Amino acid sequence: MTRRTGMEIAFAAAEAVALCKPDVVAAYPITPNTHIPEHLSDIVADGRIDADFICVESEHSALSACCGASAAGARTFTATSSQGLLFMAEVMPIVSAMRLPVVMAIGNRALSAPINIWNDHSDIMSQRDTGWISVFASNGQEVVDMVIQGFKIAEHRDVLLPLNINLDGFQLTHVVEPMLFPDQEEVERFLPEYKPYATVHPDRVVSMGTLGMPEIFNEAMKAKDMGLINSKKVILEVWREWEEQFGRKHEPIEAYRTEGANVLLLTVGSMGETAEVAIDELRDRKMPAGLLKLKLWRPFPLEELRKAVKGAKVLAVMDRAVSCGGSAGPVCAEVKSALYGEPGCPVIVNYIIGLGGRDVTAEDFIQIVEKAAKADKEKPKEAYEIYGVRGS
Amino acid sequence: MSIVENFDLYAPRLADKEEYFSAGHRACQGCGEALAIRLMCKALGKDTVIINATGCMEVISSLYPTTAWKLPWLHVAFPNSASVGSGVEAGLKVLRRKGRIPDRDVKAVSIGGDGGTVDIGIQALSGAMERGHDLLYVCFDNEAYMNTGIQRSGATPFGASTSTDPVGSVSFGKKAWKKNVAEIMVAHNVPYVATACHSYPIDFMNKVKKARKIKGPSYIHCLSVCPTGWRLLPELAIKAGRLAVETGIFPLYEVDNGQYRMTIRQERLRPVEDYLKLQGRFRHLDPEEIELFQERVNQEYKKLMSKIECLPSWSDL
Repeated sequence: MTRRTGMEIAFAAAEAVALCKPDVVAAYPITPNTHIPEHLSDIVADGRIDADFICVESEHSALSACCGASAAGARTFTATSSQGLLFMAEVMPIVSAMRLPVVMAIGNRALSAPINIWNDHSDIMSQRDTGWISVFASNGQEVVDMVIQGFKIAEHRDVLLPLNINLDGFQLTHVVEPMLFPDQEEVERFLPEYKPYATVHPDRVVSMGTLGMPEIFNEAMKAKDMGLINSKKVILEVWREWEEQFGRKHEPIEAYRTEGANVLLLTVGSMGETAEVAIDELRDRKMPAGLLKLKLWRPFPLEELRKAVKGAKVLAVMDRAVSCGGSAGPVCAEVKSALYGEPGCPVIVNYIIGLGGRDVTAEDFIQIVEKAAKADKEKPKEAYEIYGVRGS
Repeated sequence: MSIVENFDLYAPRLADKEEYFSAGHRACQGCGEALAIRLMCKALGKDTVIINATGCMEVISSLYPTTAWKLPWLHVAFPNSASVGSGVEAGLKVLRRKGRIPDRDVKAVSIGGDGGTVDIGIQALSGAMERGHDLLYVCFDNEAYMNTGIQRSGATPFGASTSTDPVGSVSFGKKAWKKNVAEIMVAHNVPYVATACHSYPIDFMNKVKKARKIKGPSYIHCLSVCPTGWRLLPELAIKAGRLAVETGIFPLYEVDNGQYRMTIRQERLRPVEDYLKLQGRFRHLDPEEIELFQERVNQEYKKLMSKIECLPSWSDL
């Protein structure tokens, strides 16, 4: 029986992982993800799940240990944030190329310097191209859902790729919310036991992680890319199954009050919930504005985006990371390239907001929409604006 | 003659005939490391998973679509064979406990060169040993980054000329002394630590077998002669390994539960010059520098002997 419980979202993430009965968890403390492995270690210490919790000496070793455990055939989980994710960076593209379905929660946090423990998306954006499936949650319920879905997607025989679930540091990790938790039988009905394709075991000898010369490297990269692109079919299928069993719908891009909208906001992560409040307010003022919440970051939902922006005059893309010296923030650059040459493509404007935990209010979104609405007539001079910079 | 020594006389014939590290790999002529790996695999037997750090051995043995490995083998990156090994060990243990793999003992063995062990991999190694995984780590020490072209490592000996710490008009090569990782592992209270060299194959294989049986972490530091990097004729590789031991530069000992024991005893140490003069990397050393080298070796050897003579086993304390 599904139960509704109020708890901190980081704890909820750990509870969701526990429902999936992982075999090996390896993690290293870094704010703000720490409550996830802490709570998981409690669950292991109380014998609620039979897993090995490896208290590694660094994030590099956390992902390396997960890589080894997954290669041995274990269901494997880790979590990190910010610099920790960067310390894992060496191992990130290796895990995906080796087709090891490690699941990771990322409590998104700004990258140093100046050192800052609060939320933005510069950590995951730096790992965008490593070949992982990447999803963003906008609230606690989505975190719970995405963790359980995550193992099923990653371990699917047609996917076999690592997957990360992004939840905004503090804004999500440290917020207490009521969430629905499926019970153990329900999860077991949804999530089959992990059946690895190949493992390091003497009964079936394989060499994993071999040297690839230029003659095969293109092919290896093509195979990895195809694997990620093709995973979308399974992601959609798993989300459909989830909806059938648990009644909650998940989509690559979730639309909120977009009917007849001239201006569309596009957000990633927890700011989507704040933006909903702004859209309600604007609609009350008879302003035709709508919201798109991007949930699936990799593989990027090109088709869904093209369909979702149809009819809008202006698309205002919110980024929570700076691509220094680039043409736009990472999300907007992706959106622009996806929509380039599309007939009836809206004018695209880009605002970079909420860096390093800077508060983003519904009022900010209202101002952004009002500003963006004018872009239809007069295109902004700058390719992107870091919103709310004082003294500029 | 003790039973163990008696056994050694027959041991070569008792060694596993099976080859787990097959011929046809791409190692240089006279490569001591490839030989040492072949011996190690024979001593380990089939119920083994090898976790290999990036380096010569990974490059020469795993050129896709070929492989020299007849044991399950996993390579991930340069600094993490110990942490990947931790994961393999944990994974195998849990899956065995849950009945998802056959109920038998499969040993995780992480290997790396000196760069992957004493420099970039030392953090992962230290963590794995501290956590107490059932993991054997073998360092194949050829005393420089040979795979990338003979650059200096923390395991390069004093006075050796390398491509990043070369001899020049105002330099005689490496000014620092070799990092002693075996002793660092002893300081981790690892139940079994040993030094070894492929030039003493039975001694090495016995140590691997002993470490294989330990239920917990163990560490073997195997000096592996690199004719290419040491500027040495390939046919002298075995001799150079023996001279490293006979001069006391690389003594072969084990530390079993805290108890030091010299496994290859020397009546009298040969002068270090016998070892140094074979190798191009030391060719430039003048008598004064050789004397400095000799003094250091004498001192280190005395230190080791005092541990052998004075330190009891931890279980006797």
